[in-house]
Formats: sequence, structure tokens, C-alpha cells
Amino acid sequence: MLKGHQTWIFENRPVIAAAAAVGGPFEARGPLAADFDLLHGDLWAGQDSYEKAERKMLEEASRRAVDKAGLRKEDVQFFLSGDLGNQIIASSFAARSLGVPFFGLYGACSTAMEGLALGSLLVDSGAARYVLCATSSHNAATEKQYRYPTEYGSQRPPTAQWTVTGAAAAVVAATGDGPRVTAATIGRVVDMGMTDPFNMGGAMAPAAVDTIVAHFRDLNVCGGDYDLVATGDLGRVGHRIAADLLQKQGLAIPSFTDCGLLIYGPDHSMVMAGASGTACSAAVTYGHLLNRMKKGELRKVLIVATGALLSPLSYQQKESIPCIAHAVSIEYGGKE
Amino acid sequence: METYIWAFVIGGLICVIGQLLMDVARLTPATTMTILVVAGAVADGLGLYEPLIDFAGAGASVPITSFGNALVHGALLEAKTYGLIGILTGIFEVTSAGISAAIVFGFLAALFFKPRG
Repeated sequence: MLKGHQTWIFENRPVIAAAAAVGGPFEARGPLAADFDLLHGDLWAGQDSYEKAERKMLEEASRRAVDKAGLRKEDVQFFLSGDLGNQIIASSFAARSLGVPFFGLYGACSTAMEGLALGSLLVDSGAARYVLCATSSHNAATEKQYRYPTEYGSQRPPTAQWTVTGAAAAVVAATGDGPRVTAATIGRVVDMGMTDPFNMGGAMAPAAVDTIVAHFRDLNVCGGDYDLVATGDLGRVGHRIAADLLQKQGLAIPSFTDCGLLIYGPDHSMVMAGASGTACSAAVTYGHLLNRMKKGELRKVLIVATGALLSPLSYQQKESIPCIAHAVSIEYGGKE
Repeated sequence: METYIWAFVIGGLICVIGQLLMDVARLTPATTMTILVVAGAVADGLGLYEPLIDFAGAGASVPITSFGNALVHGALLEAKTYGLIGILTGIFEVTSAGISAAIVFGFLAALFFKPRG
């Protein structure tokens, strides 16, 4: 049901019946390693290209999530997936092997919550009983496409972020036990004229704030109503900007974090300002945060996945970076 | 000993210029490299780069500016002997070792590693 200007309330409260996260070697060394279902020791995952490795991780996460939900892939009506590759090949090719009716999504790093919002809407409205929502990204494949080939060894400024290698998937179901998706706010595209692809966090922060403000306004809630509000992949630079902007609007959030800061921990010299990538918010949410909810540490969270909608071509044509953020509210326990 | 110090200072200064072009002027690494190569070429055209190499040794001959210098230097040298056509034949006269090495080692690296990032 539409509430306010751009927010859906899911009255039937769709359930995240199961979720799975797969990571690469860098993720395996991070503080959230225990929250992954499967970790790969190298970037290749046994494949002969990074793109194939990403596809394999996406397939693994998807299959694992379906298994954990106690389902067969035939039980799943729709597969909603997206990634950062050209023509989202990781998703389309994974959909080829899964054989589940497929919606390909592209919202850059906001895709995880775009998928969860749409999947929950499908289930809530009765258009599906089970929907599989997934995303993936691969560090080497993404760097090659958006910035420089990794072998080139280009210098990265301190505002640069490290693309997560991995994939994560969640099965949204009409009934069952588990964390429930209660609302989603769909973001507008916000462009503040930033042009530096090595400072995505700074570019995306205003989009995150725009969506958070819209969510609070539409539902008439505030930051204190959530045990945790996590942005997708703003990193150290963008997260601070977002916190400042919210503070200025009088909407400071008591428990405000960023998935891009959680996945590798606060002090990691290689990752510069933090993590990014389509798999960043997905792996942190579907792995770490859902686990914390199941342990009873968190009851109500808001995930605000942020995406930078640039392309290598738009960058070469000296366009600024349009950004977007989608917010999904997940609750566990409490009133049913 | 003095040569080492000047090599360090001059080579370091060229690198500082490159770093400033990237960090302050926000140029891409490719643009920065091109500017340094062209600067070396122009400096040799004005007769300034050879004296710098005499003064600072490897401090001036190792940075990428030296490649621009070598391109122009070879072209001018051949031009003196063969006229206009010498400009074309001379461009790679001095730099041929470096360019050939890049091709050969690039080939070897591609044989033994997977350059797919």
C-alpha cells in the first residue's frame, strides 16, 4: 500500500525465509567473515575469468538461499537480480542456470534493496509466493569496467572505495518465520554535480539523505524508531557527509552506520575509505545484520542501499554522477 | 656522492610534479603521463633536457619525461644527417630499446600470467 509520496507499507509483512552470502578472499579476512555462508580463497573461484567467478558466486548464493529455505528452485516464482557488469551478465547468466523466471535489475550498488523492495511487493500483493532477490559484484571485474584494470596498478586516492567480491541472496516468502519486510521507500535520482569516480561515497551521500528524509516523512517516524539505520556503501567520507546533512535537518540518527564500513572493519589501509559494490549492502544485510536480528540484538533496522548511476561512457563525456538510494525496513520479533 | 644527491632531488621533483598533477589538478594518470612526456620533449627541443641529465644523471633519465626527451633527441639527430625523413626514422632511434623491451616483456608476462583484471 502506498503511504505518503514514495513509500510502500507491506501489510502482509513478507518474510525473509532464508538468506545466504558468499564472499571472496578479502571478505574472508574481514571482521564479518563468520557471517558468510561460503568464502572463496581466491578471486577466481575456480573459473578462468573474473566475470565467470562473479556469476559462480551469484549462483552459489542463490542456490544456498533456496536450500536454506527448504525449497526447490521450482518453488520460486521469480528471480530478481542485478550486478555491476555490462548488461548485468552475472545476473542474466546465473538466471540461465537457475531456470527461474527472471527480472534483471540495474541500480548500481542500490540494487540489493531495489530487489528486496520489488520482491516484497510481489509477495505482498499475491503476485508470487516465493521470490529470490540477489546481487553480486567482483572487485577485479568492476575495477576493470569502471576505473582501471587492476594490473595497471593505478594510484587510488584516500577517498576511493574497495569493491566487494561476493554475492548474496534472500528468499522472500508470503508465510513462515523470520525477519519481515515491513516497508520500502523508493529513492529519487539525486545529482549534486560530483564528477570524481574515486569519491562515490561523497557523491551518493545526498541521495541517501534524500531517501532517509522521505522515509521518515512518509511514515512519520524518526531515527530513534530504528535499532539501526545502515547506508549501503557510502564509506568513511560519504557516511560522515550523510550524518552531517541529517544533523543539519534535525534528523540525526542515534544508531547510524554504513555497510561499507562494517564489512572490512574501520582500519584497513588497502580499502581506503571503505567498501562498495552491489554485493556490499547485500552481503552485510543478508549475512551479518539478519544474523544479529536472529540473535535478538536488533529488532528493527532500515537498510538504505546507495547507488552511483554513472557509466564509463558518461564519465568520459565529463558528466556528473547521478545517485540513488532505496530504503527497506526489516523487523524481527515483536508484534506479529 | 654529489651526483646521487642531485639525482634524488631532481628525480624526486619530477615525481612531485606528477603527483601534484594527479592530486591537486585532479588529472587522470594517463593525462599526467602524457603531460610529462610532452614536457620532456619540449624541454629537449629547447636544448634544456640534456644539460639536466648531465647534471642529475638517473634523476633526469629515469622518469617518464626522459622518454619525451629521447623521442625528440633521436628525431633531431637523424634530421641533421638525413633531412626531413630523418625526423621519422629518428623518433625511435634512441627509444627502440625501451619500446622493444616493453613489447617483449609484455609478451612474456602475458604468456605466464592471466592479465584479465
